[in-house]
This record gives sequence, structure tokens and C-alpha cells, in this order.
Amino acid sequence: MPNIVFVHPDGAREELEIAEGTSVMQGATAQGIDGIVAECGGNCMCATCHVYIEPSQLALLPAMSEEEDALLDGTASERRPNSRLSCQIAVTPAMGGLVVNLPERQV
Amino acid sequence: MSIAHTMPGSSAPVSDADPFSIEFFEDPHRIHDELREAGPVVWLIRYGVHAVARYAEVHAVLNDWRTFCSSRGVGMDDYATGKPWRPRSLVLETDPPEHDRARAVLNKVLSPAAMKRLREGFAAAAERTVDELLERGSFDAIPDLAEAYPLSVFPDALGMPQGGREHVLPYAAVVFNSFGPDNELRREALADAAPHMAWVAESCQRGSLAPGGFGAGIHAATDTGEITPDEAPLLVRSLFSAGVDTTVNGIGAAVYCLARFPDQWRKLRADPSLARAAFEEAVRFESPVQTFFRTTTRPVEIGGVEVGEGEKVLMFLGAANRDPRRWERPDEYDIARRTSGHVGFGNGVHMCVGQLLARLEGEVLLGAMARKMGAIEISGPVRRRYNNTLRGLASLPVAVQPANA
Ligand code: HEM
Ligand code: FES
Repeated sequence: MPNIVFVHPDGAREELEIAEGTSVMQGATAQGIDGIVAECGGNCMCATCHVYIEPSQLALLPAMSEEEDALLDGTASERRPNSRLSCQIAVTPAMGGLVVNLPERQV
Repeated sequence: MSIAHTMPGSSAPVSDADPFSIEFFEDPHRIHDELREAGPVVWLIRYGVHAVARYAEVHAVLNDWRTFCSSRGVGMDDYATGKPWRPRSLVLETDPPEHDRARAVLNKVLSPAAMKRLREGFAAAAERTVDELLERGSFDAIPDLAEAYPLSVFPDALGMPQGGREHVLPYAAVVFNSFGPDNELRREALADAAPHMAWVAESCQRGSLAPGGFGAGIHAATDTGEITPDEAPLLVRSLFSAGVDTTVNGIGAAVYCLARFPDQWRKLRADPSLARAAFEEAVRFESPVQTFFRTTTRPVEIGGVEVGEGEKVLMFLGAANRDPRRWERPDEYDIARRTSGHVGFGNGVHMCVGQLLARLEGEVLLGAMARKMGAIEISGPVRRRYNNTLRGLASLPVAVQPANA
């Protein structure tokens, strides 16, 4: 299973194994990572699973849908060019070592 | 009735429970438990429909619109065999791709960015409501709080005409009763519906809606061709139907929970930033929207049981939200719980489009209560309100202390 690295706003790092096909959001919430709320349960409707992806790794991710793009305009922490919704990132083998930075706030 | 209904040939466990009866409304939990334990799908013999009460099956049905469609109605009536009692909803009672076009318009009007703009005003109104109630000390938390607060913010946010707003709650009661069987509740609701329906129909017209509100935003989508001018009023109607009574029962559920679980109320007062989580957990715990139906578009197997094409399947959202297979200590109200994944707002393509607005209302109201109020005590008989879909109270008399008392 690919390893995903979560970096908290205070710099603390946690590494998790997440099964291929599972979303980064599901993997993180199922294993108790704080900082991802996921109020809509992964339906791309809430923007409380917001993360910042390590810029050099953005190309590993699936393309962004129109819905995700629109939701990112309403995130609680500022939207940046490397902002994504973690429920929309299904883990692939190529994502081993992906670095996911958690925002200050989700709501 | 189709043959499938009279001779189901269903191998599912049979239950004679009536989930639309007073007895059930008073205490759904025991019967929920029986239905969950009977099997992954059960046959409700009184109504000739299959039902799912476990989390896994409810979640699966909600997420498979191709097999379990909404376009034949999300109540017990099958629109393929009978005429809907009102023109079909453009979102609730449609399937993709038709659904998605109308839904996109609502998504925009009720987006996280739109919520940010509303937050300050909603929070100020919450402070006012709580201050007023504290001055009174004793009040009925259903009309004076759970109804009063949403009514003080939502109609204006939508841009409803000032006159006639007393129709809002009765109209919603009709809509949510209509999803049930042809029982007394539904018959009485429909018999008295005409004046409410007339007011709502008139209020959904472009000229009736105040500029800057959700309603005007929906009509503006006709200018860009996203929806037609005929469709706009119907889409506005969805917010009249689903925008108030749902949050009334959500807020009522939260206040009832906090009054019954004083340790959770203390925890919330100690850290008012838990207000949003406290609201969400109340939506899981009480599931203000209890049930919706789907209709099968093909023969399908659920948990080893063959279900034919064109059959209604009832989803018990409230039972799924307390399924011990999915939740630890399901019958405890715990504001620190990870609630992500609960189905109180549904799931899949039809998942509640107003969920962000509902959470905003719940968060700012419970937050203001947590900062300003001390002990809450239930001070009189608690009475339930009966509705075929909505779960909530008619009366919750309480006495509250100020925080510093
Ligand atoms: C605590 C409050 C609320 C609860 C528990 C709730 C519950 C639900 C549920 C369970 C569904 C799914 C229906 C289905 O799958 O067939 C739904 C859909 C919907 N809700 Fe809510 N709701 C709430 C508040 C609101 C508010 C405030 C609005 C409007 C501003 C709203 C508007 C809608 C609409 C239009 C749909 C249909 C969406 C679609 O079919 O795509 N709801 N709601
Ligand atoms: S979990 Fe709601 S948008 Fe990702």
C-alpha cells in the first residue's frame, strides 16, 4: 500500500498506508488523522477535506472536476494553487510518498 | 398495484412493522433494531415494499442511482403508475443527467463561498435569539427557539415575500407527509394543502422574490440558459419545501440532545468551537429526515434477496445512523464523535444541497447558546410532532440559567 505523508500546520508529520483506490480523505479519517473533517463524507459537497499538495507532486493527481474547483473557492483556509479536496484523490501506486499538507482550518 | 406487490415472492424476512404509525414515531429505535437484525433487507408486509435499515445497504442504495432511481418518486407513490400530487421536483425527483443540471444551479446558490457571506448576519441573529430567550428564562424550545431562529434568517436569505410566511411550516409539513403511505396524516395534510400551495407557487415567481436572495440567484440562472424560465420557479420551490422544517427539526434535535446529555452540554460550554460538531452529531443521533424511498430500475439482488424491477425500496436513514455495525456506542450522543459518513443528509448524488446552510444555522445558534447559557432543564412534558418523514418535537419546555449564574 502506498505511503502518504500528512504534515500538520505545526510541522508534525504522520505517515499512513492507504490502500489503492481509497481516497486520501477516507484513508486519513479512518486512521484517525486530525485536521480533515469531511462533513459530506466524500461526496464533493462540503470543502472540509481541503489539503495542500506538495507542488512538485501535483501531476500525480487526477484532474480537478468543475465541482471541486467551485468548492475550493469557499474553503475556510485560503485557496492556493496547490489546493485540492482530499476526497477527490483516489490513491494510486504512483502516489507512494505523496506529501499532503493540512490547512489551519476546515470550517 | 403490480403483481410483484401482491405476490412478492420475496425471500426477505417479513416484518409487520408500520414505520408510519404513531407508535413508531413515539419510539422508532426498538423497531429499527429489529429491522436491522432481521437481515440486510426486509419485506414490510403492510405496504408490500422492501426496506433496508443497515448502514451498508442504505449507503449502497443511496450511491447507486442507476439501479435505485428517484424519478419515480422518493415517497411510497410510484410516479410510473400514478400522477404526482404536485409537479415533480426538478432535483429531488429526477435522475442524472436531468438532475445534475438543476442541481448545479442550487450548488452555486448554496456554495461554501455563499455561506461565508451569510455567516455574520446569521451569527448576529443567533445572538439576538439567545439573548431574548435568556431574558425570559423559561420557554418552549420548539416554537421559541428551533422554529424562531430559522424563521428569523432563512426566509430573508431566500428572499421570500414578507406577507404570508405563516404558510412556510404548514407547506413543508404537507410535503414531508406526502412521502408516506395513504394514511390519515397524509390525507389530512393534502386536504388542507391548497392555500399553502397557492402561496408558495405565487412566491416562487421571479417578481415575488427579493433581489440578492437564493430565489433571485436561481432565477438569474435562466439568463445564462442553465435552466429555462419555466423551471426556475419549480427549483425555487425546492427551497421552500426543504429549507425550513428540516433545520427546525435539526436544531430541535440538538437542543433536545443537549438537554438530555448534560455532560455533553458542559463539554460544549467549555469549548464552544465544538458547536458545529454538536449539531452534526444531533443530525446523526435523531435523523430529522427519517426515510426516503427509491424505485428499482432493474431486477437486483440485495443481501441475497432478489428484488424485482419497478419496486419501491424504503431506506431507514435513522436506523443506518445507529447501526452498531458502523458506529461505536450508537445510542450515545457524543459531540466528540467522528460523524463523517452519517446519512442524515443522505449520500450520493441527491445528498442534501442545503447541508452547508443547515450546519451554519446549527453552528452559530449552538455556539451562541454555549457562550451565554448555563444549565438547561426540561421543565414540562415533552410532546412529539407526527410526520411521515420528519422526526421532531412539537413541544420542549425548558428553563435555562445564564452562563454566569
Ligand atoms: C438538518 C437539516 C436538513 C436535513 C436533515 C436534510 C436532509 C436531506 C436528505 C436526507 C436529503 C436526501 C434526499 C434523497 O436522497 O432523496 C436532502 C436533500 C435535499 N435537501 Fe436537505 N436537509 C436539511 C436541510 C436542508 C436545507 C436547509 C435546504 C435548503 C436550503 C435543503 C434542501 C434540500 C434539497 C433541495 C434536496 C434535494 C437534493 C437533490 O435531490 O439533489 N435541505 N436533504
Ligand atoms: S469530504 Fe466533503 S468535499 Fe471532500
